[in-house]
Amino acid sequence: MTARRDPPAGVPPGSAAQMLTYVYAVTPDVPPPVPGPVLTGVAGRPVGFLRLPGSGPVAFAVSTVPASKWNEHALRAHFEDLEWLQDTARAHHRVVESLAARTTVLPMRMATLYDSRARALEALAGQAETFAVQLARLSGRTEYGVKIYMSPVADAPAPADTDTGPGRAYLQARRVRQRTLQEHYGQAQVAADRIAEAGRRWADGHACHPVQSGPLTAGTAEENVLNDAYLVAVDRAAQFRAAVEDAARHLPGVRLEVTGPWAPYSFAAPSTPPPEP
Amino acid sequence: MTEPMGRPSARPAMAGYPPASSASLADVLERVLDKGIVIAGDIRINLLDIELLTVKLRILIASVDKAKEMGIDWWEHDPSLSSRGGDRSLAAENRRLRAELDALHRGGPGTGTAAGAETTGAPAARGPGTTGHDSPPGPAERRPPP
Repeated sequence: MTARRDPPAGVPPGSAAQMLTYVYAVTPDVPPPVPGPVLTGVAGRPVGFLRLPGSGPVAFAVSTVPASKWNEHALRAHFEDLEWLQDTARAHHRVVESLAARTTVLPMRMATLYDSRARALEALAGQAETFAVQLARLSGRTEYGVKIYMSPVADAPAPADTDTGPGRAYLQARRVRQRTLQEHYGQAQVAADRIAEAGRRWADGHACHPVQSGPLTAGTAEENVLNDAYLVAVDRAAQFRAAVEDAARHLPGVRLEVTGPWAPYSFAAPSTPPPEP
Repeated sequence: MTEPMGRPSARPAMAGYPPASSASLADVLERVLDKGIVIAGDIRINLLDIELLTVKLRILIASVDKAKEMGIDWWEHDPSLSSRGGDRSLAAENRRLRAELDALHRGGPGTGTAAGAETTGAPAARGPGTTGHDSPPGPAERRPPP
């Protein structure tokens, strides 16, 4: 892919003694413990919190993981392994979601790792103010995913007029096909416009994701034509959902899928433009 | 400094909705790998690699056509993604290096020959001696690509 790097010096291969600090998310504070089994994260490791001395404004949700399995070389190999990727992504997501149920979270991209707790604390201290600002922006809001799926276009019926020659029949069939397609995808446009309207009315943020059509989403005949995310205040979520779910009304070729609430993954990066007033 | 945390028993914000385990893998990967805040960690796949990984993972989720539209088609030359990719790029490099060697042996400028050889179609390169990945690298092949 790019230039290979040597494994970090001082980390003997297979050493279980050396532990790294894996960060899941930033939270505004340490949520009070709740009864029940201890939350586990990546590699089945328990989840704890790192906070700044003197109770700073933000905390990291972390696990310690063995360096031998999480150094750069190991990660590079793991990222090619879909099974590992799936387990780790789901574990990361489980932790973020559990936290999001109780407090505001700023989710980290998967595989954010520090050499030690001290190094993680340094990073936390260095960006505490930025994190606090972003957490305030996301407070009381969750993310919803909205997708539009189109059913496959039905083949146009053969033209009834058999008096026409083969050339004319071909052109006629082509015109019918084109009109069918236009009508078909016109429905998607109507649904998309209604969703955008619902977003303007009820949401505080909007992000467009690429439509899903890769190997992971193959196996359905439906075509994904829109894959967006909206940031919605918790107390407006019901109205937003209702408005979005209504967007496919009287559009027989359209299926809507609303997912969430998600932790605000799509709105965590500071580059996200501020919500419209 | 760290405190253990229990699994939440009540989920006010999530009430009434399906749990994470029911979210599709594509949706989870899309968010966990491609979204979320990126900060510099100590153990990090360098920035370029993160971008490449993101694109690589996007191919699992989104379409190759879309990525191509964006001008991203490096995976076609990535041996881990394309069974033909490694062979093709190695063969192309081998061909280019041989052309350069020939030019050097002739003592002339010879760059036109090298450039011409480089654009030869891939099938022509599948002859003996051009499947460079099976043979030990010669001195010329250690030269960094331009």
